[in-house]
Amino acid sequence: MGLQPYLILAACLFAIGLFGVLTRRNAIGILLGIELMLNAVNINLVAFARYAADPAGLIFTLFTISITVAEVALGLAIVILIFRVRLTVEADHLDLLKG
Amino acid sequence: MSGVVFFLVAILAVASALGLVLRRNPIHGALFLVVNLGCVAVMYLLLGAEFLALAQVIIYAGAIMVLFVFAIMVLIPGKEETGPDPLRLQRLLALPLGALLLVEIALILQSSVFTAAPHPGVQPGYAAGAGGIQSVGRLLLRDYLLPFEVTSVLLLAALVGVLALAKRKAG
Repeated sequence: MGLQPYLILAACLFAIGLFGVLTRRNAIGILLGIELMLNAVNINLVAFARYAADPAGLIFTLFTISITVAEVALGLAIVILIFRVRLTVEADHLDLLKG
Repeated sequence: MSGVVFFLVAILAVASALGLVLRRNPIHGALFLVVNLGCVAVMYLLLGAEFLALAQVIIYAGAIMVLFVFAIMVLIPGKEETGPDPLRLQRLLALPLGALLLVEIALILQSSVFTAAPHPGVQPGYAAGAGGIQSVGRLLLRDYLLPFEVTSVLLLAALVGVLALAKRKAG
């Protein structure tokens, strides 16, 4: 197994995740798409760590995972707060900051 | 052997990602994401990163997905995302944009950066068990101690932030 298949898989997952982020209409769907993209990046990091023989990539991935936990917790808290105020989680209706 | 496993799991990962994106129901999306995260954990195992595979299953498929499913259950009563789409053109544009990005990445992967240097598999410096709990833990607590501690501060800040957000009164 070379490095290439892992990179191609990660690229596919990243592009699918980007498509999801761009097309989903509710905020939770967008967060799910972001998770997909972050995982694609993690695959890349681990693959590079393996094939460059440098375990630093594993540590980077570990930090990415913990930062993702913080991001999801805060993101969902904000979404729930928005739902309480506006009674919707559709991203297109959340245009309070639009001039 | 590992090639066969890789391709089967890769197909499953891409299929579950497509399912996540194409299904309208967010709860189905969350369940597809669990499948996808499991596939990524198998990828980590194939790459020899046992500890990360464990962390992936415990943190992502365990904690984060429970959070997601909980939020979806609270916020979205049944079907969502129906009715006329106000930004239809924008969404139709998303498919070519995503495809364009994929083509760009593919071109970069074909370039000399990755093909020039041969990758004969595992490098000699990468000892067996380098992705195991022992070696990762040693690395984390010796060479990367400061980032490790800073991460705990980050998690504490996130905890305090979530509490502050959740306690706020509506309106």
